[in-house]
Amino acid sequence: MSGLHLRDYWTAFRTIVTKEVLRFARIWVQTVLPPVITTALYFIIFGGLIGERIGDMEGYRYMDFIVPGLIMLAVITNSYSNVVSSFFGSKFQRHIEEMLVSPVPNSVIILGFVFGGVARGLSVGVAVLLVSLFFSPLSIHNPGVMLVIVLMTSILFALAGLINGVFARTFDDIAIVPTFILTPLTYLGGVFYSISLLPEFWQGVSMLNPILYMVDAFRYGSLGHSDFPLAMSFAIISGFIAVLYGVALTLLNRGVGIRS
Amino acid sequence: MTPALEIRGLKKTYKNGFEALKGIDLEVAPGSFFALLGPNGAGKSTTIGIITSLINKTAGTVKVFGHDLDSDLQAVKRSIGLVPQEFNFNNFEPIGEIVVNQAGYYGIPRREAWERCEHYLHELGLWEKRKDMARTLSGGMKRRLMIARALVHEPRLLILDEPTAGVDIELRRSMWDFLTRINSDGRSIILTTHYLEEAESLCRNIAIIDDGRIIENTTMKRLLAKLETETMVLDLSEPPKGLPDDAAVALRQVDEMTLEADIQRGQHLNDLFRVLDQAGIRVQSMRNKSNRLEELFIRMTRNGLEPSHLTLGKH
Repeated sequence: MSGLHLRDYWTAFRTIVTKEVLRFARIWVQTVLPPVITTALYFIIFGGLIGERIGDMEGYRYMDFIVPGLIMLAVITNSYSNVVSSFFGSKFQRHIEEMLVSPVPNSVIILGFVFGGVARGLSVGVAVLLVSLFFSPLSIHNPGVMLVIVLMTSILFALAGLINGVFARTFDDIAIVPTFILTPLTYLGGVFYSISLLPEFWQGVSMLNPILYMVDAFRYGSLGHSDFPLAMSFAIISGFIAVLYGVALTLLNRGVGIRS
Repeated sequence: MTPALEIRGLKKTYKNGFEALKGIDLEVAPGSFFALLGPNGAGKSTTIGIITSLINKTAGTVKVFGHDLDSDLQAVKRSIGLVPQEFNFNNFEPIGEIVVNQAGYYGIPRREAWERCEHYLHELGLWEKRKDMARTLSGGMKRRLMIARALVHEPRLLILDEPTAGVDIELRRSMWDFLTRINSDGRSIILTTHYLEEAESLCRNIAIIDDGRIIENTTMKRLLAKLETETMVLDLSEPPKGLPDDAAVALRQVDEMTLEADIQRGQHLNDLFRVLDQAGIRVQSMRNKSNRLEELFIRMTRNGLEPSHLTLGKH
């Protein structure tokens, strides 16, 4: 009896992704609806009420300027939180062992969880996009760039969520990173403003924030405006994905947090 | 014939320095129904954890149907189905999906997975519950769910860690019947249990592990033959007028209507009844005071005498 073949890997991958999608779809009131409502409030308060007084941003209506950033905000937080909570939950209830005793390789486990997170990130992203149509006309400058950037960003944060889930030992551990790192980085990542508004020193500091490049590249795909070269954003996101995947695979191969 | 399981020099030392396994050797013949017994903390679950790759070993080799755990892990995993001691499924998932997903991890396409799921859930009386969330099942149903899940990829070796813990007697008997049936179909089974009656009824071979070492590995028949003394409880028809003073039988009165008799190995029950008859004692019914295997187990493990104090050797 030999191991799995490529077709079997595909079946295993589809199984994990389907399980993940059904998981968040089953509890859509907790997973999909809240970010949509929150973002709608952002549109009303920041875009509508306050935005009217702010005027234009980089030549665009403020509401139009924040739409790409808010979509990315939803994609980032949902991709991350889906994987971190699902992976930690499977450790906590020990049903991660269902996969660990099976011949499915760690690389497929990672990809399964990640694409489950991507599915939620993109579902919420699309829902937010649809809500945004009530406030701002759909603006697509380069659909290819938009799609690839949002997909890569979602993969990146799903991987980060998985690593968080590997190390997490309590439910507090899965809330710390999103609350104290992810949310501040996202808010300071140019969602609500162009970094050209910042003093030079803070512009330099902002450039250390990887989320800035993702929001900027996505905004380019939507509005055609960017603060940084597109290639630079792609390179940074690709680099992060490669590093995070390598870290995740190493952790699972070593059994960190999942094997004694 | 290639053994279903072959363990050589298996050691496990946890990060906190606890030496759970101190170099165990174990061989399980293909098709056998094998009991792995031992007190809590003896190393049973660590051994099972290593075989199923949930725990990393410190030293030694493990082979399942000739496949080496280190060099052929995927084949080892395909050969094993595990029913763990604790419930380890998603409580918020329908039970049909739990079984079908498990099949998917082994590369079994969804349609075929549902066919197998239907077969095993029917066998275990759970098919009608397939759409119910796992959290709504009773303890016994959850155990049966884990058995269905462990069998869905048709493993050649089924490992059950305390499968009937918390299961009522009727259900336990039906699970025994089911396990006996799948064993007679050729599937090898390794069982750990605290119900020693269960091991005695089901298993033909047995290993006893204690303090990280295998202290006995033999057939159930041979092991039980080593029992030096059995205590029989005699329920009387009427109170005895006195106990017979015969050195051949050790009798003592428990209460007005009950006696206990120690029967030595090799001694015939006829001797006991002859003495009782001569004393005019009428016996209504008779039973073993305790499970025979349980008696041996307590004497052999660290709760009782050291194995060296008994006339027990390895076979």
